[in-house]
Amino acid sequence: MTSIISVKGLSKTYQSGFQALKTVDLDIREGEIFALLGPNGAGKTTLISIVCGIVTPTTGTVTVAGHDIITDYRATRSLIGLVPQELTADAFETVGNSVSFSRGLFGQPPDPAHIEKVLRELSLWDRRDSKIMTLSGGMKRRLLIAKALAHEPRILFLDEPTAGVDVSLRKDMWEVVRQLRASGVTIILTTHYIEEAEEMADRVAVIARGQIIVVEDKQELMRKMGKKQLVLHLSNSLGAVPEALAAHNLALSDDGKELTFTYDTQAGRTGITALLRDLADASITFTDLATSQSSLEDIFVDLVASTK
Amino acid sequence: MNIYAVKAIYKFEMARAWRTVMQSIVSPVLSTSLYFVVFGAAIGSRIQQIEGISYGAFIVPGLIMLSLLTQSISNASFGIYFPRFAGTIYELLSAPVSPLEIVIGYVGAAATKSIILGLIILATAAAFVEIHVAHPFWMITFLVLTAITFSMLGFVIGIWADGFEKLQVIPLLIVTPLTFLGGTFYSIKMLPEFWQTVSLFNPVVYLISGFRWSFYEISDVNVGISVAMTLVFLAVCLAIISWMFKTGYKLKA
Repeated sequence: MTSIISVKGLSKTYQSGFQALKTVDLDIREGEIFALLGPNGAGKTTLISIVCGIVTPTTGTVTVAGHDIITDYRATRSLIGLVPQELTADAFETVGNSVSFSRGLFGQPPDPAHIEKVLRELSLWDRRDSKIMTLSGGMKRRLLIAKALAHEPRILFLDEPTAGVDVSLRKDMWEVVRQLRASGVTIILTTHYIEEAEEMADRVAVIARGQIIVVEDKQELMRKMGKKQLVLHLSNSLGAVPEALAAHNLALSDDGKELTFTYDTQAGRTGITALLRDLADASITFTDLATSQSSLEDIFVDLVASTK
Repeated sequence: MNIYAVKAIYKFEMARAWRTVMQSIVSPVLSTSLYFVVFGAAIGSRIQQIEGISYGAFIVPGLIMLSLLTQSISNASFGIYFPRFAGTIYELLSAPVSPLEIVIGYVGAAATKSIILGLIILATAAAFVEIHVAHPFWMITFLVLTAITFSMLGFVIGIWADGFEKLQVIPLLIVTPLTFLGGTFYSIKMLPEFWQTVSLFNPVVYLISGFRWSFYEISDVNVGISVAMTLVFLAVCLAIISWMFKTGYKLKA
């Protein structure tokens, strides 16, 4: 797949001396949903702001669809829509006027039909004549998306799109994003909700302290980094892991009632069969068993912790 | 040229004026009317003519300039400061617009508003005193050039300011005194020679003098100098704005 955004050797040191980004290289493929995952202050917003033209990079280059973001800013910015993290919109303006304004600002001739389509998709059409200050938080968030889509961009940046949005609205938002992707828009979202990346993204980058730690296909990342655990609820509690089972990667809970077996999903032999056989030989019986797979969240926490 | 962007900004700014029509139009007209009542009718009737012009008529160009300067600055400074304050500036910075287009949109709208206001004040004044305009072309030229120049100054202040107080400081502490001392209510020829010389360092003197000349053909300084000085201020403001955009001063990190 061709990359639509190409970031090379990008760094940013603010005037205060704070280094928000340290040499970032990144390629975003056309048509994908790309999640930029990282804790607060990791550099997510700085990275997005540079690509969109709000922050000037200290070193490095960014190209969007082959155009340089500085020398050819008109071409690159026309392709991009940005939904900022903060709910900022002109309080006294009406919804319809505000979206039309955005379309004009991005160099597109007026197109009431497109504005109507965008507002309908985001369930804002009924509120088109309302002043922005009368909207709820969720509606404001959708308004900012509508504004970003007003000029029919090929790339959409969503900076923390579901921060402070309730569960049902979050699901709606994900649906909107999926529809956009289906229509060919490349989506880059930043989030510190792992659930969101897990739910939506095709690929995930983890960023911490201004550095990209990993960029990987989401499934691949979860497969590679993921561990599986088998938990056995024992009929009778044990004082310690029996000698006969020492060869297995086992952990005993404090109350001695649960044995946890951690294994690698990648390995050809997981060792479960051998473990169960050895348990039977040792006459250890169990009442229940459960397996669990580490989520993206666990992976993320491990990765971020490992860079400290 | 992203003409749609210029139009969008211009339209947005003009719409803002209509939302605040009371403070943008009504209050300057009211305050001008008060000046006429106080200086024109009450005090002016006891003042002899100045260079053959009744005092009430004499102060008209100065009063228009007073409103033009303060309103141009406040319109333009608020126009660009508010998005910075509210955070909506992100949209402007991420849009495919050049600094020139941004300036044309904001300054154009601010200047339009103050020109309309200037003409309304002129019409209001005509209800009180007899006015004749000797050089309509130059009258309009001074009006437009001054409106544009001071809207640019307002734009500069709007980018420089990082609080609502700073937004008020320059108009209140610098522009209003300079206008009052720049010959709004008197001819600087009425001053002692020393203060006449001092007044020549006041840039507003040239604006008011030139503007008054376009009405009554009387001036404190040569009209050519007035035009030249107006163009110099314009160039200075333009230079400051282009420096601001080049360095991203208070706009871009």
